[in-house]
Amino acid sequence: MTAAAWALDALLDDPATRTLICCGSGGVGKTTTAAALAVRAAERGRRVVVLTVDPSRRLAQALGLVDGGTAEPRPVAGVSTGAGGSLHAAVLDARATLDALVDDALPPERAAQLKRNPVYGSVAGSFSGTQEYMAMERLGQLREAALSGEAPWELVVVDTPPSRSALDFIDAPARLGRFLDGRLVTLLRRPSTPRAGLAAVPAAVAGRVTSSITGGVAAVMDKVLGGALLRDVQALVQGLDVVFGGFQQRALTTSAALAAPGSAFVVVTAAEADALAEARFLLERLARDRLPTAALVVNRATVLAPGAAHLGAEEAGRLAAVLEAAGHDRAAALLRLHAELALTAAAEAAAVQGLLGDHDAAAVATAAARPVDVHDVVALREVAADLARS
Amino acid sequence: MPADTAAPAPTHPDGPADPVRLHVVTGKGGTGKTTVATALALALAREGRRVLLCEVEGRQGVARLLEVDDLPPRETEVAEGAGGGQVVALAVEPRSALLLYLDTFYRLGRAGAALEKVGAVDFITAVAPGLRDILLVGMVYEATRRRVDGTRGSGGTEPEADQAPDPAHGGAPAGGPVPWTYDAVVLDAPPTGRISAFLGIGDELATLAGGGPIAGQAASVARLLRSPATAVHLVSLLEDLPVQETVEAAAELAEAGLPLGLVVANRVLRPVPPVPADAEVAPALEEAGMAAGPAREVAAGVVDQGAARALAVTAQQRHREALAGLGQPVADLHQVPGALDLAGLYALADRLGEQLP
Ligand SMILES: Nc1ncnc2c1ncn2[C@@H]1O[C@H](COP(=O)(O)OP(=O)(O)O)[C@@H](O)[C@H]1O
Ligand SMILES: Nc1ncnc2c1ncn2[C@@H]1O[C@H](COP(=O)(O)OP(=O)(O)O)[C@@H](O)[C@H]1O
Ligand SMILES: [Mg+2]
Ligand SMILES: [Mg+2]
Repeated sequence: MTAAAWALDALLDDPATRTLICCGSGGVGKTTTAAALAVRAAERGRRVVVLTVDPSRRLAQALGLVDGGTAEPRPVAGVSTGAGGSLHAAVLDARATLDALVDDALPPERAAQLKRNPVYGSVAGSFSGTQEYMAMERLGQLREAALSGEAPWELVVVDTPPSRSALDFIDAPARLGRFLDGRLVTLLRRPSTPRAGLAAVPAAVAGRVTSSITGGVAAVMDKVLGGALLRDVQALVQGLDVVFGGFQQRALTTSAALAAPGSAFVVVTAAEADALAEARFLLERLARDRLPTAALVVNRATVLAPGAAHLGAEEAGRLAAVLEAAGHDRAAALLRLHAELALTAAAEAAAVQGLLGDHDAAAVATAAARPVDVHDVVALREVAADLARS
Repeated sequence: MPADTAAPAPTHPDGPADPVRLHVVTGKGGTGKTTVATALALALAREGRRVLLCEVEGRQGVARLLEVDDLPPRETEVAEGAGGGQVVALAVEPRSALLLYLDTFYRLGRAGAALEKVGAVDFITAVAPGLRDILLVGMVYEATRRRVDGTRGSGGTEPEADQAPDPAHGGAPAGGPVPWTYDAVVLDAPPTGRISAFLGIGDELATLAGGGPIAGQAASVARLLRSPATAVHLVSLLEDLPVQETVEAAAELAEAGLPLGLVVANRVLRPVPPVPADAEVAPALEEAGMAAGPAREVAAGVVDQGAARALAVTAQQRHREALAGLGQPVADLHQVPGALDLAGLYALADRLGEQLP
């Protein structure tokens, strides 16, 4: 591989490192990597908080994130504090974060009204990107707490939501901006007589958009969506406008901070074509936006045992046949397994090589696939050790 | 409204009638939904059967897997089935679904263009995902109910209309209904986290659709989804999170009255026989011609690998038991060694075909 090894410990030990963001496509091991980096940093003396998204139940248990109130960082037990560090962990709760934003931005009565809006639940639950926006919001909050010196942490490690696309997280503020500035939302934002629904809007915006288009659109939307829904959506847009206006400002500040020294992105991938293609996109995108990439982490890689690492798949297959013929069935089975693993390891190496191709800007680190899920501090330590070794 | 018998059994001459015509494949993200949906379509496409494989996530995963060009938003033949049938694929995307919908149901082709101009399509995607979803599912629904002579119901708003098909059309067994365009439709659906909302079976859609004309469409789709013509298959890996999500999704889907089909345990590892000690393996390797030093090292290595595999297999078996506890048939698909290529995909299709009820 042409890429450089990752000087992980140097990064973690540098007090200037304040934010690490683990991103990548769904299921590749973002949460695992974030938690592993956090454990290692804490055990090397940093005061760390890790924000996890969708941790498995057993990992959540190991991090002490099981009963109620897990959205606020809590100290994690089982991490050695000998070097003067500490670890806090929290789970991202997008709904609670959004609710809190609404409560902050609006007078109590309007906030309550907005949260009762039938469309609010659907927006909070599945607005393409709510989780991303709220992850960004929480990151901003945790960083602010760190900077103010009030919080017991000074290094923030964040995991990112299992987005459809790994790019959603960094795109969130801009996308929200486009959405808020969109013509339709502008149109919906105008108050109109509630009974008439959107059909009443054209008169109000006649100067902005030619009323023939808008009128047609309004009529169609009214017809297709139904007036009740439109009125709810309109009320929601008017309410969220204030909330998201402030939020967007902060999100832009946060994303600017991510470009500054002290922040680094860790792109996590599996050694499989789809995940690698997504990782490549992400690496290119980060480079284009001048966001600092610390490393590409190839997680759950097939790693051969040291003694057998040089034995190729074909030779192992030949040996297995010889052993079978000689009646050494159990030894033969191990050689067959080795042939399978060697084939997979070679395919993975080729896929990673193919992905990196000319893109060798990022350091590459590999974490071996463990035989069982990573769900305790001991296993997290091992994953981090793999990453520091590569 | 009279109960919709949804899809009558297929009238295909070669083979027994399978009541299931719409196969919905879901599972946690990354567990192999696209792989399994594609393998299932290949397995179902046998003996001249035509199977439609629908992708709704805009990822072009099917095209990549089948090594063909990106799918256009219209039905395209993509592969030979494992048993001589035909697989047709369709990338359903919200923009064309919305425009088609407006045109079909409201004769509003031109208003559609205006909607697009003010960003209404993006708006629907962003603020009312429930609506976007019903449009996507509506397209799949429409294809499921289409007949070879081009007749169909109104597409869902009056499903009872096609309970009395015209027997005069050619290609059907005497007196029987006109055959379906597709003997089966396979939907590579969104992940379990979003499946209820996607299928419109949660409360979400009811609120969103609130009496609008879209509610009619949603109701017809819901009837098909809850009928024996539908099976929802759950793909899982034999790991903590996917199993946890599968168990939760099974409960949620059953609660909503959706017929569950197979639970697919994907990427099952090949077990190894009891792992011998280094001391047994090293001499065997020497006997096979390896020098003593390397034989010792390789023996230690392969024994470690065997032990790790044994651990992994044990963990997988524990997770498989949790899946079996759901009471649905569990189909096992092996982990394909090396890169998953077409040969590996067809092997998975064969394996799945053997385990279909
Ligand atoms: N190196 C590894 N070896 C074995 N299992 C792993 C490894 N990395 C992650 N896992 C497991 O894979 C699953 C998904 O990992 P997770 O970190 O939650 O992914 P993501 O956050 O990207 O969705 C978890 O069950 C986790 O324990
Ligand atoms: N049985 C299998 N053997 C080997 N690799 C598999 C198998 N099933 C899926 N994969 C791989 O797992 C990854 C995720 O599969 P995919 O079908 O895209 O999942 P999903 O659609 O659920 O996101 C892909 O890289 C795919 O090649
Ligand atoms: Mg995660
Ligand atoms: Mg997929």
